[in-house]
Amino acid sequence: MELAHTADVEAFRAEARAWLRARVPARPLPSLETAEGFAAHREWEALLHADRWSVVSWPEEYGGRGVDIVKWLVFEEEYWAAGAPGRVSQNGINLLAPTLFDHASPQQRARVLPSMASGEVIWAQAWSEPESGSDLASLTSRAVRTEGGWLLTGQKTWSSRAAFADRAFGIFRTDPDAPKPHQGLTYLMFDLRAPGVTVRPIGRLDGKPAFAELFLDRVFVPDEDVIGEPGQGWRIAMSTTGNERGLTLRSPGRFLAAADRLVGLWRAHGDPSDTALRDRVADAVVGARAYELFTWANASRFAAGAAIGAESSLNKVFWSQYDIALHETALDLLGADAELADGEWAEPWVFSLAGPIYAGTNEIQRDIIAERLLGLPKGRR
Amino acid sequence: MRFLPTDEQSDFARTLRSLLGAAEVPAAVRAWAAGDAVPGRALWSRLAGTGLFALAVPEAYEGAGLLPLELSLGFVELGRAGVPGPVVESAAVSVLLAELADGALAERFLPGLARGETSATLTLPGGSPYALDADAATYCFTVSRAGELRLLGGAREPVRSTDPARRLSLPPAGPGGGGELLAAGPAVVRAAGAAGRWARLLTAAQCLGVGEALLARTVEYAKQRTQFKAPIGAFQAVKHRLADTLLDLEFARPLVWAAALSPGPGEVAAAKLAAGEASYRAAMTALQFHGAVGYTEELDLSLWLRKARPLRDAWGTPSACRAEVLRSLTPPRR
Ligand SMILES: Cc1cc2nc3c(=O)[nH]c(=O)nc-3n(C[C@H](O)[C@H](O)[C@H](O)COP(=O)(O)OP(=O)(O)OC[C@H]3O[C@@H](n4cnc5c(N)ncnc54)[C@H](O)[C@@H]3O)c2cc1C
Repeated sequence: MELAHTADVEAFRAEARAWLRARVPARPLPSLETAEGFAAHREWEALLHADRWSVVSWPEEYGGRGVDIVKWLVFEEEYWAAGAPGRVSQNGINLLAPTLFDHASPQQRARVLPSMASGEVIWAQAWSEPESGSDLASLTSRAVRTEGGWLLTGQKTWSSRAAFADRAFGIFRTDPDAPKPHQGLTYLMFDLRAPGVTVRPIGRLDGKPAFAELFLDRVFVPDEDVIGEPGQGWRIAMSTTGNERGLTLRSPGRFLAAADRLVGLWRAHGDPSDTALRDRVADAVVGARAYELFTWANASRFAAGAAIGAESSLNKVFWSQYDIALHETALDLLGADAELADGEWAEPWVFSLAGPIYAGTNEIQRDIIAERLLGLPKGRR
Repeated sequence: MRFLPTDEQSDFARTLRSLLGAAEVPAAVRAWAAGDAVPGRALWSRLAGTGLFALAVPEAYEGAGLLPLELSLGFVELGRAGVPGPVVESAAVSVLLAELADGALAERFLPGLARGETSATLTLPGGSPYALDADAATYCFTVSRAGELRLLGGAREPVRSTDPARRLSLPPAGPGGGGELLAAGPAVVRAAGAAGRWARLLTAAQCLGVGEALLARTVEYAKQRTQFKAPIGAFQAVKHRLADTLLDLEFARPLVWAAALSPGPGEVAAAKLAAGEASYRAAMTALQFHGAVGYTEELDLSLWLRKARPLRDAWGTPSACRAEVLRSLTPPRR
């Protein structure tokens, strides 16, 4: 057990740092949850991609650098420490791409991945439905067989940034007669601008319009856009949720950078006699460090060949709670300025509030931890 | 880059775990609390056989070198088993004497401590004023604010701890403090600093083990205790709180390992903070889910329940650790 990186990893870090230092916009881009910000972030993705920094862990043929998880984590540390923009491509890169690497045909990968890497095509996740949130397997949107493909009908909702995205991926019921709800589902990709698709933006808590619901009326999807075997959608989707909750969605670099900013804020605004607030700053520092080390230990396990399992639920509950606590501490340090909607901490605070809800609510994650990691009996669900 | 224990390190922990599992530790704890140190001493010498105590002593004095990582792995097991006695303090004394680099003193005390033939307790400036288990330890050391290291003798006034297995006493106060003056000066202050950091680290490791034991026992109980025609572990309120307990412990663990790898003040304080809080919360959860039977001293669970809070505060309260974490951040990290 040792904490130091090899010279090769440190050289990679230096290269990433130098690149970011030269390119990260001096002023923050407008929020990627708005049309204007979405466009600006798409340009940033293109810039990253031009020097192969947008998807460093992917094979070179798809625009990556083929680096291992250690270098990926190091890149993330540098990325967030440099104050670089949020990733508008995150749903595609973090959720769809791992699914494609595990389950897609080589032709599909060649068709989908390069334009995802460049930000030319931005993907939305279309899983949730109005009546199917935590109980996702109860979903009712259908895909019906047709000549050369499938016709999608139904409604999806809470699709992040779908108001501005290009394409979406999701699960649909292809065999309504299957004996169990999670059977007879199929995973496929579709065009958000295809005939039959209506995208209705939903203002999120702070009113920004990128969230959307999708109404689908006989939307054609060619066979080549089905991922894996028809009927296997649930199994394929579940392999993606591990990524969503696990370490790739929220890299420790992000929280280390946020904790550093918080310490800076405390130095600038902290009242030395307010030890309660001081303690919360210390907790944020310790939490970021704990998350960093926990992630490195997991990365070591993966490097040794282990697969991500129910442990990803520990990760998810930790970072989502941590994120809120950190941002609340920042707001408390800001005092009266905390409520300013355009303040540096306002949007990240609002964003943090959704953490315990998306990627599987924390209630559901705790069930998974209790049943799969502690072996407690299944309750009614 | 490795963030996991080596096979050898894991084997060492496993050996200790099975030794302690077979050793009827609860009976030794109850005897210890009642002032009978005999079963505890027997346990101590079996532990010595694994080489545990040699891990805080340099090779020159029959030790295995100062090996904080291996020692921390061992202390998790001591916590898991609920081993009584001045285990942390003996290791801290070994570190103090090793760091002092005074050949005569080292020769006098370290080989015995390394072999586990002797034990020691100590108080340091900034730590608790009470010496732990001074009545059972072979030696009682104290370091004064002025940097005087003394070996104390004689009977000491007993004070009861909420954990009866922690036997406390106040070392004699007053100018000079009595006892034999062993060393004085800045070297003592430096060595005491190192000893205090090790004591904090090893207490953190012990806390982790205590928390793991509490969680494991509670999970077992929740699977077997039935109310409303279902095991209580099938109720979501129970499940979720146990899940949170696991979460607390799993995120404290890497902090303890990192601190054992590089025992700087900030790392050690972070580890102690997280592990201490996690094990205390685990105790509160364990108590709640055992219901009334958990609130009795008959159940062995009480041995860990009563230890969790004193260990959380020993060798660095949460507040002291938080202050240390922030102090260690100057200058800014990156
Ligand atoms: C910011 C944000 C972004 C999102 N992005 C996307 C996206 O891009 N694509 C997408 O498909 N979806 C997205 N979602 C939707 C998200 O996945 C769902 O909100 C989530 O699965 C929960 O579903 P629900 O909102 O319908 O809540 P419900 O499932 O109705 O749950 C409501 C409450 O009841 C609790 N509950 C439900 N069942 C149980 C149970 N068995 N035990 C205990 N408690 C229970 C839940 O934990 C929750 O607290 C996003 C959500 C948010 C907030």
